[in-house]
Amino acid sequence: MESLSNRAKKLEKKPMTLAERAYLPAIFQGLSITMQHFFRAATKKQVTIRYPEETRPFSPVFRGLHVLKRDEQGRERCTACGLCAVACPAEAITMVAGERKKGEQNLYREEKYAVSYEINMLRCIFCGLCEEACPKAAIYLQADKMAPPRYERDEFIYGKDRLVEPVSPDNRSKRGIQLTPEQADKLRSQLA
Amino acid sequence: MTLETLGWQGLVVLVVFGISLLIATYCTYAERVIAAFLQDRVGPDRAGPFGIVQPLADAVKLFTKEEFFPSGANKALFIFGPCLAMITALMSSAVIPFGNILQFGETAIRLQGIEINVGMLYVFGIVSLGVYGIMIGGWASNNKFSLLGAIRAASQNISYELAMGLALIAVLMMSGSLSLRDITLQQSVPGEWHFWNIVKQPLGFIIFIVCAFAETNRTPFDLPECETELVGGYHTEYSSMKMGLYLFAEYVNVFVASAVMSVIYFGGFNFPFQYELREWLHSAQGLSVDAAQNIIVILGVVTIFAKIFAFIFFFMWVRWTLPRFRYDQLMRLGWTILIPLAIFNILLTGGLITTGIIPEIKQWWVSSPLG
Repeated sequence: MESLSNRAKKLEKKPMTLAERAYLPAIFQGLSITMQHFFRAATKKQVTIRYPEETRPFSPVFRGLHVLKRDEQGRERCTACGLCAVACPAEAITMVAGERKKGEQNLYREEKYAVSYEINMLRCIFCGLCEEACPKAAIYLQADKMAPPRYERDEFIYGKDRLVEPVSPDNRSKRGIQLTPEQADKLRSQLA
Repeated sequence: MTLETLGWQGLVVLVVFGISLLIATYCTYAERVIAAFLQDRVGPDRAGPFGIVQPLADAVKLFTKEEFFPSGANKALFIFGPCLAMITALMSSAVIPFGNILQFGETAIRLQGIEINVGMLYVFGIVSLGVYGIMIGGWASNNKFSLLGAIRAASQNISYELAMGLALIAVLMMSGSLSLRDITLQQSVPGEWHFWNIVKQPLGFIIFIVCAFAETNRTPFDLPECETELVGGYHTEYSSMKMGLYLFAEYVNVFVASAVMSVIYFGGFNFPFQYELREWLHSAQGLSVDAAQNIIVILGVVTIFAKIFAFIFFFMWVRWTLPRFRYDQLMRLGWTILIPLAIFNILLTGGLITTGIIPEIKQWWVSSPLG
């Protein structure tokens, strides 16, 4: 039959040579290849990451577990405006707003604050739209932390007790800090 | 044979038994590590440093697994199958000469379980019995796949035993003895140029090693347990330690096959310049004749184990390199290639012996010492 595209290659079935029929040359070729792999595995560093001892490095733009930030004086930045909940495509965020009382100025930055703030980590798709929507730079997705597996479904609903970052700056996530121009350039070059 | 000699030889047999089991145990670990390295992986490294106690963990796993009997199975034969496979595998290591004779004053210890003048024949007899373990187990399982695996094992072993025996006949024509100790000592004549049998029998060795792969049911000839076609072959229905015994028997067989090949073709416990070393130890270092000889014997034991480990490594290396043969290819290779080649090898050896190119061997040692 005439070929339509002319791309078909005509193959010729040649009878095997004596060396091919004797198996042994091909076997030794194969053995030498596996031996090269053996020495490579024995001498060079293996690509395997031995998980509990070693962990794979996170990408600098990884979006992991959320954190509710505090400002420089340790006050919660969130004002419970609800923009994050509106932006959330998975509808994972709920919150109850409250008015700041007298004497709570060192706890909350604005006059309105979130009495409760919950994220359902089973619904969350870690898209980061809440981070973009927040006008107060209050919520961020940490680059170095994942939502760990748990046994019960209700344990995946993270309240303020687990979302708000610690008061001490040492324990805080590095994410969400304003980058200097040099740091931003470095990050960009890493991503490229 | 005095009672004391009997006691020492009994001890040697026990030690050989223990070593066979130990080597088989660590073969499972070596197999996995070598497989991993050949495939650029890490292998078992969790149990102990470098995973060194992995075999113990495997044993605990196998012993505590559920003992399963398929319905309609012949219970007695179902248990007897793996036992027979293990017994026959262990029996053949008794005649392997792991070393020459240690001399302590009046006491002489031969580092070989039993020295019989038909050692080679004994090994062959036991190895052909080994297939009964697989056959009985496969038949007693009352499972089509097991039965097919068993039938394959039987016909494969019969086919390859022929070529193996014919390859050996060429060696026996040169040695004139079936004793493994005689064959070992012939490969090193004091004060003369001597060669291991591999130099005189390269073709025979290739035939022998191919047949050894088939006899031990190792890849590329592991058709009896071919998991792509027969689920698990003859051990489809086996679980727990009965399964473990089958796997163990395979590794003991690999060990014995490696030992037999080292003895017949690679000079056994001989190593180059051993007599010169003994002479030097005796005259230059001032050791007594016995002490010098004993050092040589112990180095010889190290030598034969080095050879055995090299062969075991080769078995595993081949396993993780070559794909499995198809069954008709296996039969064609055995009957139409290996057997004619082996017969040709016999004719060739006969010709070389008659023309005197392969010299006649003068017996310079005592056959079957210590009874």
